[in-house]
Amino acid sequence: MELDLNKAKEFYKEMLLIRRFEEKCVELYSNQKIRGFLHLYIGEEAIAVGVMSALSQEDAVFATYREHGHAIAHGVSAKSMMAEMFGKMEGCSRGRGGSMHLFDGATRFYGGSAIVAGALPLAVGMALADKMMKRNRVTVCIFGDGAVAEGEFHESLNLAALWKLPVLFVCENNRYAMGTALKYTESETDIYKKAASYKISSKQIDGMSVMDVAQAAKEAIASIHKEQAPMFLECLTYRFRAHSMFDAELYRQKSEVEEWKRKDPLTLFENSLKDKNMWSEIDRAEMEDEIKNTIDEAVTFAENGTLEPIEDLERFVYSEASHG
Amino acid sequence: MPSLGADMESAVLMEWHVKEGDAVKKGQIIAEVETSKGVIEIEVFEDGIVKKLLVAPETDCKVGMPLAIIASADDTMAQTEKTKQKSITKEQNLAQEERIKISPAARKRAVELGVDLNQITPIEGVIQLSQIEAVAPTKEKSADKEKFKDGMRQAIAAAMSRSNAEIPHYYLATSINMTPALEYLKELNRERNINERILPVALLVRAVVLSLKEVPQLNGFWQDSEMQLSKEIHPGIAIALRGGGLITPALVDAQEMSLDDTMHSLSELITRTRTGKLRSSEMTQQTITITNLGDLGVESVYGVIYPPQLAIVGFGAIMNKPWAEKDALCVRKVMSATLAGDHRATDGRIGALFLDKLNRYLQKPEELL
Amino acid sequence: MDNITTYREAVKEAIRKAMREDERVFLMGEDVGHYGGCYAVSMGLLDEFGAERIIDTPLSESAFTGAGIGAAMNGMRPIVEIMTVNFSLLALDQIMNNAATLLHMSGGQFNVPLVIRMATGGGKQLAAQHSHSLEGWFAHIPGLKVLTPATIQDAYEMVGLALADPDPVLIFENALLYNSKGSLDVHATPTPIGKALIHKVGKDITIVSYGISLFKALEASKTLAEDGIDAEVIDLRSLRPLDDETIMNSIKKTHKVIIVDEGWKSGSISAEIMARINEQAFYELDAPMERVCTAEVPIPYAKHLEDAALPNPEKIVAMAKKMMGKS
Repeated sequence: MELDLNKAKEFYKEMLLIRRFEEKCVELYSNQKIRGFLHLYIGEEAIAVGVMSALSQEDAVFATYREHGHAIAHGVSAKSMMAEMFGKMEGCSRGRGGSMHLFDGATRFYGGSAIVAGALPLAVGMALADKMMKRNRVTVCIFGDGAVAEGEFHESLNLAALWKLPVLFVCENNRYAMGTALKYTESETDIYKKAASYKISSKQIDGMSVMDVAQAAKEAIASIHKEQAPMFLECLTYRFRAHSMFDAELYRQKSEVEEWKRKDPLTLFENSLKDKNMWSEIDRAEMEDEIKNTIDEAVTFAENGTLEPIEDLERFVYSEASHG
Repeated sequence: MPSLGADMESAVLMEWHVKEGDAVKKGQIIAEVETSKGVIEIEVFEDGIVKKLLVAPETDCKVGMPLAIIASADDTMAQTEKTKQKSITKEQNLAQEERIKISPAARKRAVELGVDLNQITPIEGVIQLSQIEAVAPTKEKSADKEKFKDGMRQAIAAAMSRSNAEIPHYYLATSINMTPALEYLKELNRERNINERILPVALLVRAVVLSLKEVPQLNGFWQDSEMQLSKEIHPGIAIALRGGGLITPALVDAQEMSLDDTMHSLSELITRTRTGKLRSSEMTQQTITITNLGDLGVESVYGVIYPPQLAIVGFGAIMNKPWAEKDALCVRKVMSATLAGDHRATDGRIGALFLDKLNRYLQKPEELL
Repeated sequence: MDNITTYREAVKEAIRKAMREDERVFLMGEDVGHYGGCYAVSMGLLDEFGAERIIDTPLSESAFTGAGIGAAMNGMRPIVEIMTVNFSLLALDQIMNNAATLLHMSGGQFNVPLVIRMATGGGKQLAAQHSHSLEGWFAHIPGLKVLTPATIQDAYEMVGLALADPDPVLIFENALLYNSKGSLDVHATPTPIGKALIHKVGKDITIVSYGISLFKALEASKTLAEDGIDAEVIDLRSLRPLDDETIMNSIKKTHKVIIVDEGWKSGSISAEIMARINEQAFYELDAPMERVCTAEVPIPYAKHLEDAALPNPEKIVAMAKKMMGKS
């Protein structure tokens, strides 16, 4: 993949922003500013940044409960995300979703689903509508390796393939469904092969390499448009942090985590840029400053946000025009 | 529920003017009730605090039924302890008594109609709505005018029958030359605008009141086989209602009133009577009744005493009649005044004395001012 | 403009009308196309509208229901047909966790204008996996609307009402009603969602019903009339929202109520209705509220056992007489 300096800066900065944003989230969680479940994406940033780089503004995204990275990379503002996690009205889901349910109509970011595999059917339907209305759009559906065991995964892949729908399935295989390793739950641990069995063109790629992901995603989107059929990417990756904040990580060895950390997507990309003699052109300190400003502004925005009045508690159960 | 008349059995509480916790002053209107005689305001007779309203609006209440608990301000604290102890005993008693099972709808209706649940035999252990309505079909409150009139007719019938059965009446009559009084009024009213003018009826009432001051034996009640005279004079003024029926509300404390006061209070009383806004004291305190059928051209009225009062004064029409003045015969405005007295309390001599005083006052109307 | 038609035809006509008038409307479900619909509701629609709009699905209730949600969020007006309510449990995740929650979770950003139709009810000796009435369960869920058309007119009107609604609407069609005949006025102004209808005015006792129970209640009311009991029969039409006003007003008149519900008693919509009467009209009651529900067993196959399990007019009559002291 051709990489110009602007693109390189953009990729690196986006991954760094996700990393720093989530580090801030940990701090704020510890200070009890953020509550509920907080699932961190740290270690997997290359996938979000790589995949989103291939999308047009028209394309839709369905993600999981570990979706801060996807939201940021897809263009949801850090301010509205932070306000959401603070439970404020200015949040992207008006404080009704929290960390697991970030929604943003403006960027067609459809959440934020906390039922494993629950969003796959929705992505299929979204793409079905586009196909029926002859709109030239793609729906991206991101899920983890845990979703593969669900019936909805298989039902949805079948429907997408059967109906030739413009869906890009992206499996973030971080090797653990919460605390259970894939090898304990799947007879076939090469997930892309399952997709292939539904006659979906599928690929296993290095999810730690933003370049590899970006390249594969670009090709996949082009293929979806050309073939009018879904595509499937299995991205091998690893989360550096625990499943959620309250996780003692008894299920994996520290040494394994350390080994994967050597493949940190930021480090990998830095090395690759050094090889390309582009790293010296990147002012890392300046970038950190800008990111710090962005995050500080987001936290201030969230702190200053308003709590929705209790009288509005029962709003948005039904559309305001209809009221059940 | 105060008794607002000897013939009153019950009334429907229409509206509370106070709520629990309100401080009330003696004489304050605290509620309105609808009696067979119309809507009447209920006053409170002591200063205090409304502790509890026991009855909801629209409830039919028997006379004597508590409507509210009003504690005098200094009682409130002291009684709290007592009430606590009392209620414990009460609860124990309740537990021992068998609870009457009654459907929620029947319970609600029973309260509305003032039905005593003890008089009903439960069907299969439960009192039901239809049973309540069967027991109290006629007590249902109704805005129906015919019913209202019927109720009033019945009330009058009951009182008059009682009067006729219990009270041995004696009757006296005298003719009064009203020319001086009417001339006097004419002069008096000449200077006044229309709503300040004095009508003859005020003069008559005033004359009755002043005469009663001198002959107090006719002002009061026959109760418990004895005469109880009243220092205050509250003449009940018979007022015909436009829809038919008759009410005799009291002109309370008439002894304190000048002629102007009397006129003013009378017109106010008539207005309130006809708009159904009488006060409870006006329905209960009459010490004598005055009836005037002169408007209808009747020459003389021999009234029936409204128990437990002692007398009723009747005025006929004022008519031009031949009248002997010294030795000359002339035409004068003449009115027949009558008195019916309770012979158990007074004799004809007292009645005659009263009529004489009445006549004298009407001959010197300036003394009625 | 009344004409006599069947419940099945009324539903089909409503779908056909909607699809002709709005290109966003499509029908999706198991056997809706080439087979013509398990209960033949969609017979002939494939020929008229083609396979793009009359979509046969695999037996993947969760995926195609979820796909309906996704399509609805993306501008379409899908009608998802689930063969029976029993199979809807395979799609419960999508109905409950997505359709009912997305609008709220997204802070009002994404509504789901989806219609899900499914057959419900027993009475055809289909035993314990094809005979249950679970609509009361769905009525538990905020975010959904639950309709139970009983009459031909409602079978027709509710499809249009549901499609016009911006939020997910579930329509429960009792399978025994598909062959029922009655008059249909396609030009009538539809009775809105959430409004119950009084099918027989009476003064002595209120019978609250929905779906097929309406007809059992009406039949019972005829028998009761012979005994001098004048029953009022209400068709709820909608289990969520419930028309509290119509129920309470009727009880204020009759002071007695029986609720007929083909669901089981425990935790049922009839229990909810009783609770609301208790909250809103306790002092109007002249007798304990009563229910005629399905016996607390999985519906058995044998006809006499199934008959004994389900509500019927005789049970309603007996209950009403008992309450009126005429048993």
